[in-house]
Amino acid sequence: MALINYAAREINVKIVYYGPGLSGKTTNIKYIYEKLSPDLKGQLVSVATEQERTLFFDFLPIDLGNVRGFKTRFHLYTVPGQVFYNASRKLILKGVDGIVFVADSQIERMDENIESFENMIENLESYGMKLEDIPYVLQYNKRDLPNIASVEELQKNLNKDGVPYFEAIATKGVGVFETLKEIAKMVIRHLSSKAPA
Amino acid sequence: MNETKYIEESFKKVENILKKLKETSNANAVLLIDKAGQLITSIGDISSLDLTSFATLSAADFGATSQLAELIGEKSFSSLYHQGEKNSLYISLVANRVILAVLFDSKTTLGLVKVRTKHASAELEKILDDLFEKLKVSPKKEVFDRSFLKEAEEELDKLFGP
Repeated sequence: MALINYAAREINVKIVYYGPGLSGKTTNIKYIYEKLSPDLKGQLVSVATEQERTLFFDFLPIDLGNVRGFKTRFHLYTVPGQVFYNASRKLILKGVDGIVFVADSQIERMDENIESFENMIENLESYGMKLEDIPYVLQYNKRDLPNIASVEELQKNLNKDGVPYFEAIATKGVGVFETLKEIAKMVIRHLSSKAPA
Repeated sequence: MNETKYIEESFKKVENILKKLKETSNANAVLLIDKAGQLITSIGDISSLDLTSFATLSAADFGATSQLAELIGEKSFSSLYHQGEKNSLYISLVANRVILAVLFDSKTTLGLVKVRTKHASAELEKILDDLFEKLKVSPKKEVFDRSFLKEAEEELDKLFGP
């Protein structure tokens, strides 16, 4: 749940990049970090192994500036994708406001995408949260590789709820900011949805 | 007293407790962080500290250690201590919801920090329990109205292009 600090007049929103190992979650965050101007971003924190595999999480705060007198900030997190790090993945989902599910488009990774998606639902349920109550988008990454599944096939397997999806090549930045912008807007809309007119 | 006002006043009380903790324990800084890794407030010399990263990593640290605790049959570890060459860190959980981090150096001792933190935790717990009870009623509606949505969307368009 978004944290509103009335004393400091701050709103902090938590967005988590979820998905199987090597699907490009960290690449998304690193691209955003490289492209954003310094006054908008904080430090990029990575808790990774020596081989640059995410061990615990990556973290990047982004400042949206002042909105109605509240300093509004998005905290972007990635989870470690590798199957055996589930305890860490679960921890990072705590207090999540929005999710970007980064799928690997390669045909041979389809099962891992599906498995990771189901794992996400299970982990949310362990906190009493339902996926349908949380704003989320899909990102079909690695569209530049030769052996990729069609968007229709990815949609059929992963997008049963019909949420917004983006084709991406995170290494080149294609689709990265589009994905972020959409999830950011969805989260803000979701937070406002119960507000009176 | 309206809700926002009440919350702001509770925060003042919380900050006063933290100030007292910092002074009586002779620590350098005291930080209050929520379990999801967001900084609630801080007191003391934090000019050289990247607060956002600090808050995130402390919460992650606490979360990971709680899992370790479960593995050895404990519900959680109520506190963590990290000893450095110059600076050390004492982290504990308050009211089972927020993380209290005390940053200190050789001007004081772990023993004193522990004792003072325990006192402060008890005081904080009372205020926070009450505060979180009020928050259940959700003051969000006051903030996230239509005009907030509109302005936030405009900012996002500015930031990432329409």
